[in-house]
Order: sequence, then C-alpha cells, then structure tokens
Amino acid sequence: MRSEPIPRPFALLAVLAAALFLLPLAGLLVRFPWAEAVGALTSPEILTAAGLSLVTSLSATALSILLGVPLAMVYARAQFPGLRVVRALTTLPMVLPPVVGGVALLVAFGRRGIVGQFLDSSFGIRIPFTTTAAVLAATFVAMPFLVLTVEAGLRSMDRRYEEAARSLGAGRWMVFRRVTLPLVAPSLYAGAVLCWARALGEFGATITFAGNVPGSTQTLPLAVYLALETRPEAAIALSLVLLLLSLVVLVALRDRYLPTS
Amino acid sequence: MLKADIQLRLGTLDLDAALDAGPGEVVALLGPNGAGKSTFLRAVAGLVRADRASVVLDGVVLEDTAAGVRAPTERRPIGIVFQQHLLFPHLSVLENVAFGLRARHRPDAHAVASAWLERVGLGAYADARPAALSGGEAQRVALARALAVDPRLLLLDEPLSSLDATTRVEVRRELRRHLASFDGARLLVTHDPLEAAALADRLVILEGGRVVQSGPVDEVTRHPRTRFVADLVGVNLLRGRAAGGVIALDGGQQLTALDAGDGDVFAVIHPRSVAIHRTHPEGTPRNVWPGTVRSVDLLGQRARIAVGGSLPIVAEVSASSVRDLDLRERAEVWVSVKAAEVGVYPA
Repeated sequence: MRSEPIPRPFALLAVLAAALFLLPLAGLLVRFPWAEAVGALTSPEILTAAGLSLVTSLSATALSILLGVPLAMVYARAQFPGLRVVRALTTLPMVLPPVVGGVALLVAFGRRGIVGQFLDSSFGIRIPFTTTAAVLAATFVAMPFLVLTVEAGLRSMDRRYEEAARSLGAGRWMVFRRVTLPLVAPSLYAGAVLCWARALGEFGATITFAGNVPGSTQTLPLAVYLALETRPEAAIALSLVLLLLSLVVLVALRDRYLPTS
Repeated sequence: MLKADIQLRLGTLDLDAALDAGPGEVVALLGPNGAGKSTFLRAVAGLVRADRASVVLDGVVLEDTAAGVRAPTERRPIGIVFQQHLLFPHLSVLENVAFGLRARHRPDAHAVASAWLERVGLGAYADARPAALSGGEAQRVALARALAVDPRLLLLDEPLSSLDATTRVEVRRELRRHLASFDGARLLVTHDPLEAAALADRLVILEGGRVVQSGPVDEVTRHPRTRFVADLVGVNLLRGRAAGGVIALDGGQQLTALDAGDGDVFAVIHPRSVAIHRTHPEGTPRNVWPGTVRSVDLLGQRARIAVGGSLPIVAEVSASSVRDLDLRERAEVWVSVKAAEVGVYPA
C-alpha cells in the first residue's frame, strides 16, 4: 500500500527538524579525536568523574526505587484529600529547571536551610557539597520518572490477581512481593532505567546544590562541561561515550518508545 | 456449614440476602446479571466490605459487623475459583498450585501441589506457564490451586462461563467429580441454569439483591415463583387469585384450572400444552383467547411461538404445524389450553 504524499512545506520542515538532531550527532562523530580518545578517556580526573557518576546515579536509582515504589503505590491506590496536589508537586521536578531544583534543595538542606540548620546543630550533618548532596540532587530530578512509570503500571494491573492471592492465604507482604511486584516488574524496570539515565545526566541541580568538587561531587556531565574549556577533545570523546550510553537505554526501553509496526 | 447474611449498597445494587450451605452440600446462587450474586460471594470471602454482615463457617465467626469481628480474606479458610482462572502468569503451574501452601509455610508445599496436579490430570504441565494451557486446563489448575489448601468452604464464581461450549461440558464433568470428593460447604455463583442444575443440590435464586426463591433443584424448576426462573425453565408463569376453580389473573383475564384451590396462586403452563389455531377451536378446551404472533423461532423439528395480546404466552408446536397453519409474525391466531394442563400452586 502506498502512503499519501506529504505536502512539500511539511516535508521541508520535517527535514529541518531531523537535521537539528542529526547534525550535532554527526558533529560528534566527525570531530571525534580518535588519536587522543583513549588517553583523554582514561585520564585520572575523567576516570574519577566516571566512577563518581556511576556511584551517584546508581545510588539515586536505588533510593528512587526504595522511596518511589511506595509513593507510586499511594498515588495509584490511596484516596485522601490533597492527594492530587501532592502528586502534582512531586511530579514538578520533571518540568522544573534543574537549577531551580538545586536552589530549592539548598534552601531546604543547606547549612542555613530549614532542615539543614537543624541537621547541622543537632547531628553535625552537613549535606551541601558532599557526595550525598550529589545523590540527593540526582534523586530529586530523576525519581518522578520512576514514580510515574510504576504508578501507571500499578493502575493498569489486574487487581483480581491480588484478590486470588489473598484468598489463598497470602498476607499483604506476600501479596506485594510475590504477585504485585512481579506483575509490575516491566514498569519498574522501565522506570528504573529512565530514572538512572536522568540521574546520570543530571547537571543543574548538582552544580547548584552539590558544587563541583573533583572526587566527591564532580560527576561526568560537570567534567565534560569543564573539559570543554581546557581539553575540548576530552569533552567530545566523553560526550560520544554518554551518547552511546543513552542509545543503549533507548534500545533497552524500545518496547516503550519505539513503535513496532 | 456456612451461614451467611449480607447487606450492602454498592452503586445501584442494594443487596440484602442470606443463605446457608450444609456440609457436603452444593448450593448454587443463580440469578440474572447485576442481581448481586458475585458481590454476595465477594462479601462472604471478605473481598468487599458489607454494611452489615454475618458470616459463620463451621461455627467459627468470620465476620459479624454487630460485634465488630472481621477476619481478613487471607485468614478465612476458603478457596475461590474465579470466572477467569486468574492463575499468576509469572509463576509456573506447579508454583501456582503451591502458592496457598507456601503462604501457610507448609514444608511439603511442592509435594502436595504435585499430587493435586496429578489429580486434575495435568502433572505433565508442572513447569509450564499458565499461558501455555488451554482455557479448560487453566480452570482445572485453578480448581487444584483452590482445593490444595484444604479449605472449609469452596466459592465458585461463574467458573465455566469464560469457556467455550465444548470445553465447558468437559470441565463441568470434572468439576462435578471434584466437588463430590470435597467435604466442605460449596457455593456456586452462576447465571447459567444448566450449570446450576448440573452441579448443585439446592438453588438460591437472587434477583435485584434479594433471595426470591430457594429449594432443591427439581422443586424450584417445577414451581417457579418469578418470571426469571420461569424463563430459565422455559415455562409460562402467571399469577392470580383462585376461587372455585377459576383463577383471576393479575392482568384481568381468567383461567380455568383443575384443583386451583383458593387464594393467591401461581399458574404454570408448559409451552407444549399451548395449542394454536387459525380459527376459534371447537370442543372441550376451557381456556381460549385470541392473540397475534409476535415471533417464530424454529428449533429443529419444533418451534417456539410467542403470542401477544390480552394474555401473552409462549407455545411450542411442531415445525409442520408452523407450515400448515402458516404461522408468521403478525398472524392472527387463537390460543387454547386445557384446564388439566394448568399447574397451580400457592404463591
């Protein structure tokens, strides 16, 4: 079957749109410093940043699963006044400029922040400009992706399976562990991958709340940004590496985002 | 022994019904869609919260709203077979059957589950996923899963209605066999009279949230008390007041019957006892009235004729009479019923 011809102006604009994405990608490939790449990628500061990024993004994902799955459960199943407002507010970081998130985190958990000053005076805990801050910043921007995905999974799941489990004598925990969780596993997996990808790429909130301390808060995106001034070939090499990582994520989630016709 | 009394409002449903089921007795809760049958079953299982409920099983109070007692579903010694088998798709067939045993921390869970799978003839599928089973096989596994935990009450919610006709007969036979070997109380919810008649000892008819009739299967089918049951059995049910052998029907007409007695009565007329004529019949029939043919349904060698008019009735005649009398929609006919063919019993 032949498809309808697309009107010429549309086709032209569509080509422009595609070019907007494809040209920068092509640029990365064209300018990829093949000769210096290995050296640039294995330099100590890059390796440190990469290791830190891995730790913070995985920690943020773990924290998001630990806190986000119960939150998704509440959103999908609980009913109380104000639920919609709370849900909207916790979804906000998805559209909030990350820098604003960083400022907000600072105001809450900074040394003079509403929670931070209490943590400091009572326990001597100072969060800003530590790896913990980098993890919190990444969690702040990334967890909503996991929560929304898992919530959608919980809403679309057939709850009669849980009733069947209860009728067989399973208590709440067993129902959750052996029925609910396995049935929403695809959503949890997709949510976790999305969350991890977002946490890995986090820049604005991190640099605002956690700063740019090599070894403790300087993650890969920060390192790329700084390298652009001093060693552009390292920045380009790193960018391509991160791009390939994103591609892997997209392939991993292909069932969700790539239409299979 | 189950004694259940449930009252609850849910949307447009106003349910207020009670029933009991003796040990070893299969009770079918039969009624049209929306009558509240499944909701009643779910309330007995504790899956919906009733406004007022009393559920007592073998002398143990599972729920008594007045006393503030309510055992959660997982603490009730019940087994449920659902309409769609609801086997856990991510677990093997064996793990599905072992699920309830594992919930009870039984160390022999796998052995007992295996034995149950053998009993329903599906031992070979132990490691398969439920998706690999046919509808009938899945429902047999669901039955094994429900029975494996040795419940005191088995609840069956339309267990055959999602199966195709051929499978249904086969699974029904198997269900009948397993129900017979189960010694606890059994409650079957269904809208299919055939299923109810084939599996149950006693029928409880639920309509609009109320029990309208209950009793042994043959008693209910012989003496229907509502239009729903009459339609199920395929007979004409009329209601009126009898006096001196004549029944004054609620619609204003009169019907002559033998042994009509006195007082409020039901009159049952089997469609085969209804004769149809093109002209006013001669002879002895005591009940004769005119009508118009509403529909003609041919069923093999026989045909069901719905006749409208002052006293609407369904007749069953041979296919050849349909031809001979040229019965078709809107044909003007005379209907006759012999007084001896009108069954009468008190309302």
